[in-house]
Amino acid sequence: MRDVVIIGAGQGGLQAAMSLRQDGFEGTITLIGAEPGLPYQRPPLSKAYLKSGDAGALQLRPESFFESKQITLVEGTWVDSIDREARRVHAADRVFSYDHLILATGTRNLRPPIPGAELALDLRTREDAARLRAALDRPMRCAVIGGGFIGLEFAAVARALGHEVTVAEAAPRLMARAVSPETSARFLAMHRDMGTRVHLGDPVCEVREDGISLASGTRIEADLVLMAAGVIPNTELATAAGLAVDNGVVVDAQLLTTDPAISVLGDCAVFPDPATGRPVRLESVQAATDHARLISKRLTGKADAPYAAVPWFWSDQADCKLQIAGLAGAGDCSVTREDGATFRFAGERLSAVETVNDARTHMQSRKRLAGAPVLRSALEAAGFDMAGV
Amino acid sequence: MVKVTYVAADGTRTEVDAAVGSNVMQTALDNDVDGIVGECGGAMMCATCHCYVDEGWTEATGTRRDGEDDMLDCAADEVKPVSRLSCQIKLTEELDGLVVHLPEEQV
Repeated sequence: MRDVVIIGAGQGGLQAAMSLRQDGFEGTITLIGAEPGLPYQRPPLSKAYLKSGDAGALQLRPESFFESKQITLVEGTWVDSIDREARRVHAADRVFSYDHLILATGTRNLRPPIPGAELALDLRTREDAARLRAALDRPMRCAVIGGGFIGLEFAAVARALGHEVTVAEAAPRLMARAVSPETSARFLAMHRDMGTRVHLGDPVCEVREDGISLASGTRIEADLVLMAAGVIPNTELATAAGLAVDNGVVVDAQLLTTDPAISVLGDCAVFPDPATGRPVRLESVQAATDHARLISKRLTGKADAPYAAVPWFWSDQADCKLQIAGLAGAGDCSVTREDGATFRFAGERLSAVETVNDARTHMQSRKRLAGAPVLRSALEAAGFDMAGV
Repeated sequence: MVKVTYVAADGTRTEVDAAVGSNVMQTALDNDVDGIVGECGGAMMCATCHCYVDEGWTEATGTRRDGEDDMLDCAADEVKPVSRLSCQIKLTEELDGLVVHLPEEQV
């Protein structure tokens, strides 16, 4: 294998390039990114960066790194199509040949079909975050559409800066897709204590110049409206190339598509969950970088084990650092320990552990979830002490 | 600016100029120093910026911060008394000349 092309220069795409070099790959590596500039980290955009404005801390690697590692970065470039037969990628008037192609196209923000949605701001790119930071320069009334991680992280920063903040969530609880009802309730109380108004189970039906309207008829006056209603995977290239797409580009446990010359990583990949075998798509730095390492090991012939990494997630909201180890299904039940740590179960099997400001339990859980399944009965017998199972 | 020296597992020394206020992890990445990954960007969610503070500098760098022990438990390489997460060592004038040693493995 001589030429590897990676479409998508986010953290996962860059990790694939770095891992290939670390694993001794000597061919060419071309990393094509749609955004201008060097690859950067997204997680801090709604956290530390929004507070500090330190753009330098976002950069993943300096320009010299790409030279020294002989990684060709093609920035600000949209790929138009993949020619699988000829093994070529077309981007405007440029053509890149590959022996292996890695899709790391990630996601883009979902824009629900609400009248006036175009008036709302996004928080996805470095540019979006800089625009929001500039807007928070003077007292603002902020309305946030969506009570997920991004919306709530923004709400916490804006509120702490003294702005008026209202969060409107269509679902009956916050972060419903990611955490247990207990953890949702804990964060709802925290945000309300900060003085943030939170509307639940009340979808936004209109965005106006002067605010938003909810399905219940409630009108919220706002100078700034943030759309944080989730993301959709960027799968158009894969679909047009005839690859299987179902809520993401479908891959096997080796992260390989049905085309042996195309792998997929990160937020746009649908892969078999190691714990259940169910197809899942994760939106996380951890999955993107662990996927990248596995693909690199496979391409360089260093290993060919199926993907088995334990998922983990985090969210910083005010003084609360939420950490999640593992992956719970929507219907998983939960047990909350006295100190607030919440254990989720798929039947008898421990599927995830949610903690707040408790790195010890989080790390114990990450380690333990990497081994044999942890049974509820065993955890109960150990008094829900992860060190005891 | 202060000087920081990174000593790779194979003994290679890299001395770089670092900005006061930055940290030992970010400084390594900004200067293209191999051996530090810094996957979570300093959010204390991983242990891929593990370093060993040189014996002469342990007092100046101080003790581990809250939660650092727990993250280090998951470090890929041996954890020693001088082990730190380099993202948690903030650079001050007092750390001019700091020497840190890097483990062989970070992931």
